[in-house]
This record gives sequence, structure tokens and C-alpha cells, in this order.
Amino acid sequence: MKEGFRQSMAWLHTWTGLIVAWVLFFVFVTGTAGYFNYEITRWMEPERPLAGTPLEYDRVALVENGLDRLQQVAPEAEVWAINLPHWAQAQRAWQDYSIEWTTLAQEGHERGMRGSEQLDPATGGLRTDIEPRATGGGRQLYVMHYALHYIDYPLAFRLVGICTMLMLVAIITGVITHKKIFKDFFTFRPGKGQRSWLDAHNVISVMALPFFLMITYSGLMFFAQDYMPAPVAATYGTDRAAMQRFYDELYDDHEHLAVERPQASIADMMEQAVSTWGPDTQLRAVLVQHDRGEPPRVEIGRAYGDAVRWRDNHGLAFHANTGEPLPAKPADSATIQSVQVMYALHEGRFAEPWLRWLYFIAGLLGCGMIGTGMVLWTVKRRKQHAAAGTHFGHRLVEALNVATIAGLPAGVAAYFWANRLLPVELAERANWEVNFLFLIWGETLIYALFRDIRKAWVELLWLAAAAYALLPVVNALTTDRHLGITLPAGDWTLAGFDLTMLGLGAAFGYMAVKVKRRWLAKMTDGAPGGHSTLAGGTR
Amino acid sequence: MARQATNARYRWLVASRALAAVVGGYALTSAASTLLALLWPLPQAEAVAASTMLSFALYTLIIIWIFASQRLRTVWLGLLGATAVCTLLSWGLLPAGGSL
Repeated sequence: MKEGFRQSMAWLHTWTGLIVAWVLFFVFVTGTAGYFNYEITRWMEPERPLAGTPLEYDRVALVENGLDRLQQVAPEAEVWAINLPHWAQAQRAWQDYSIEWTTLAQEGHERGMRGSEQLDPATGGLRTDIEPRATGGGRQLYVMHYALHYIDYPLAFRLVGICTMLMLVAIITGVITHKKIFKDFFTFRPGKGQRSWLDAHNVISVMALPFFLMITYSGLMFFAQDYMPAPVAATYGTDRAAMQRFYDELYDDHEHLAVERPQASIADMMEQAVSTWGPDTQLRAVLVQHDRGEPPRVEIGRAYGDAVRWRDNHGLAFHANTGEPLPAKPADSATIQSVQVMYALHEGRFAEPWLRWLYFIAGLLGCGMIGTGMVLWTVKRRKQHAAAGTHFGHRLVEALNVATIAGLPAGVAAYFWANRLLPVELAERANWEVNFLFLIWGETLIYALFRDIRKAWVELLWLAAAAYALLPVVNALTTDRHLGITLPAGDWTLAGFDLTMLGLGAAFGYMAVKVKRRWLAKMTDGAPGGHSTLAGGTR
Repeated sequence: MARQATNARYRWLVASRALAAVVGGYALTSAASTLLALLWPLPQAEAVAASTMLSFALYTLIIIWIFASQRLRTVWLGLLGATAVCTLLSWGLLPAGGSL
């Protein structure tokens, strides 16, 4: 490594990128799907009714009823919460009436047990809903982007962390390598083989560069203390109690006392909240809590908005027994605010629909960045290896590439197919849905290892195209939540899912046609069929 | 033969650098962010959280330095020296016996 700075950075970019590319592609695919995890879950639970406008209820009566229920089911609790029906931005859906609680921590435990119940706003009793089929839903996809699957959680998030760290290195070194960042942004030379792949990789990477940097760095924040335990270990210690002390101090957590039913009128508090925030305010929840050394507290919360710090200024506190307004809690420290902004940016919980689509597109561009990088690696080396004869490492990378870029999306489609086609009463049904994802992904890898790589590309891209394009059809054949019903009903969550699947099918079909045409052109160009490339005219 | 020798040597150099980045770089990042946490004039928990947050940027820079450096010996000596200095300083700054 006696070359110049830029060359050594290019080397580092290539190899850090390659080592983690396949895992990162998986993380980006599942994480991007995660931006629509609630919508995906709704589609995967077709037993639920179509979206409609919920009825109006007397909010005060709902709170009183919730308190009755909480007194029965959670007498020794450190927090009681009654969630009121409201439209929630983060979930893009109506939230149902429910109660939640956390019991006091038992002797020898750090925290209490959490519980919740869905209540029927009409009767006040437990809700007897239609039981949807067992499914992992969108949440399963979302969780896999940091917890993977089939692997122990602590190992999995560390593996993802290592890949994320290498991605950070790859991004920074990529920017260093790439000197004409502005000029090249407007440069695309199609049909020029390796050159074109490089241009595509550059354009895609630069287009969403701020997003990639943000998502990578903020991703590390979620497990920061696990990835870099030294500072906490040196100052607090290494055992669980020490970690707890650290977090209590950081978030200024007090000891909680058992809550009791507030004596002051909750109706008055809610009225005050509404007059403070305006008559159209959606009340989100009522919280009862009692910290040691402070008066017992009732907090009225309104629905979260679309500010990046989406939790700020969304609650009013009252003395539980006198009804006196209590001062707002002191603002978070700059450190906590920074952490929370990182989390918020990563999860996009504040994003309204257009911004959410932008997140989704940026995620797809991430897949594009990784995918073009992977292809570029093979295209660059293909000629050299073709001349030297078959090279196992190169063949393996080629197969992993096609199996990941075309096969993994087909696997995700299979996950949705399994949701519709597996018998509803199947044991471990939710697990089998995921198994199908990995079965299909694994099979595409085996296929790619043994099939002529050019044919594997075209065929697997067609497979992905068909898997997505036919999904709305399968949906129509197996449920009554298909486009013919969801579109007239204006249920854009369900219709949007089917339409997006058609769009993805079209995108994969387009890629398949493109790839096939290039190779056919190349072959009729007079190049001996043997080693023509996906890149086309490398000269 | 000569070519193979250079190849083996090249591979050895790459492996050594990778080891320097994975083990040495991580050790230095750990030591440096601990020292930063102790020096940062914030309440302890916040200083720890803030320096942990920054540690990944630091690690990135260290990795870049390791691979950009011309001489491997400089890399290893630099890593060892800097880690030792950060660790000793942290040791001195921790309240007697630390919280350990």
C-alpha cells in the first residue's frame, strides 16, 4: 500500500464495501420496507375491516372507564395510561381505545411488568375482535433489519453493527475517492460497460448521500453503548446495575411510587387541555404517575405532530388530587436532545406521507447504491478472471450478487405470498412466512451457483418481477381485500400496497428486459458467446 | 517466484493493516472516548453518552489513517503509544479506585 492517499482510500472503499454488501443489502431492503411496516401489517391481516372514520365517543367517559379497569387489573402500578381513539401520524392509522400499565418493580428486578388491554369504546369491556391470521406482518421485516433472523439477538445486532461501521468507512472513503463529486453528478455514460456502472454507482450514491450518512450514523446510535462499551464501563462499571445507574442518571429517572386513582376531576383537566390547545385537538392519552418526592401527576397528552422532536410540548401535567396545573418538566439536555434527534431521523416517525415516500425512495436508492457497487466489483474483474479461467471467489461473488439483488426481493415477495397461501390454522404460521423468505432466497443462491450467470440474472429478475406483479392477483383470489374493493372504498393503505407491488413488478421486469437486451446485443455483435458481460461493451 | 513472494508480502501487509484497524483502532477508540468522557465538562452520564456518540466518527478517522499511512510500523507504534497515553490519563482522572 505504497500508493497515494486517494488510491489507498479507493482500495479501502472497494473492500469494506464488498465484505458487507450482502448483509447491508438485506438491511436496506428490510429496513426500507420498515418505513411502511404498519401498512404492510394491515395488508397481512386481511380479516380486519376496511378503513373508515371511527365514531365519536365521550372522551371523559372513556378515561373514567379506563381508570375503573386499571384499578382492577393493575392495582400496584408505577404508571397507568389510557389511550384514546385518535389519528396517529407515526402509525398513519387510527389508534384504538386501550389501557396500558407497568407494575412496580419486584424485589430484585430492575423494572416492573408491562401489560395492556384493548377495550371496546362502546361497551367499556374487553374487545372481542375478529382474530386476524397469525402473521409477522411488517414488523417482522422491520425487526430483521437490525435483529436478522435465526441468530441470537445479541450476536445479530452486533453483526449488523460491524457492517454498519464498515458502511460508514465505505461512505467516507467513497467520498474521498470521488474527487469530482459535483461534475460527475451530471455525468452518465450509458452503454459503456464498467464506465456506466461506475457512473450509476456515483449518481445514486451522491443523490442521497446525506441520507446514507444520516441513516448509517444514527443506526449506530441505537446500540451505541453496546458497540462502544468502554466509556460506560470505565465510569460506571460493567454489570447490569451499573448500566441501569447510567441510564437513570442520563434520563433523570426517579423512583416511582404506586399510583392511585386521581381525586381531582379529570374532566376539568381535559377541558383545560382542550382550551389550551384549541377545540380541534386530538387527545392521545391520559397518564397517571407518581415519582418519589413529587406530587402525584396526571398528564394529558395530545396527538404527536410532525416536528423532528415529535414528543416535545405534547403534554400538560396536573396535580392528581388538587387538579392544580403543574409546571412542565425541564427541557432535555443537549445530549439527550441529540440522541433523540438521531433516533427520530432514523425512524422517521415525524414524517408526513410525502416525506415518508421520500424516506422509502431514499431507502431504495440505498439498495441501488449497494447493488451497483456489487455489480461494479464483478464487472471490473470479469475480463481478467475470464482470461485466467474460472475463479471460484469471483464466481461466488457473482452468484451472491444475483441471488441478493434479484433473489432477496423475490424472497420478500414470497413472504407476502406465504401470508396469503399458507393455511390459516397452520401451527407456527408466522414463522413459516419468514421461512419462505429465506427458502426462496437460499434457492436463488443455489440456482445462481449452478446456472450460467447471465441466464441466472435474466431469469431471477423475471422471477422477482412475476412474484411482485402477481401478488395483487393472489390477493384477489384469496381475500376480499383486493383492488376491486379497496380502490372504490378509498382505502389507500390497502390499495397502495397492491399498487406498489405492481410497481415493483414492473421495475424488475424492466431490469430483466434491459439486462437481456444488452447481452443479446453483445452476442450478435460477434463476440463469442463465452464471456460476454453484463457490462456490455467493455473495451 | 519473485512475483509470488511480493504477493505473499502484499497479503501479509494487508492482513497486518486489517488487524491494526480491527484490534488496534478499536482499542484506541475505546481509550480515547473514555478519556474524552472524563474530560468533557458535562454531568457524567451526559459526557459518557456524548463521547460514545462521537466515538464512531473517531473510529472512522483512525481506520482511514491506518490505511492511508505509508509505513506499517508507524501505524502500530502510533496506535500503541496513543492507546497507552489515553489509558494512563483516564486512569489518573478516574476518582480513586474509579467506580469499578
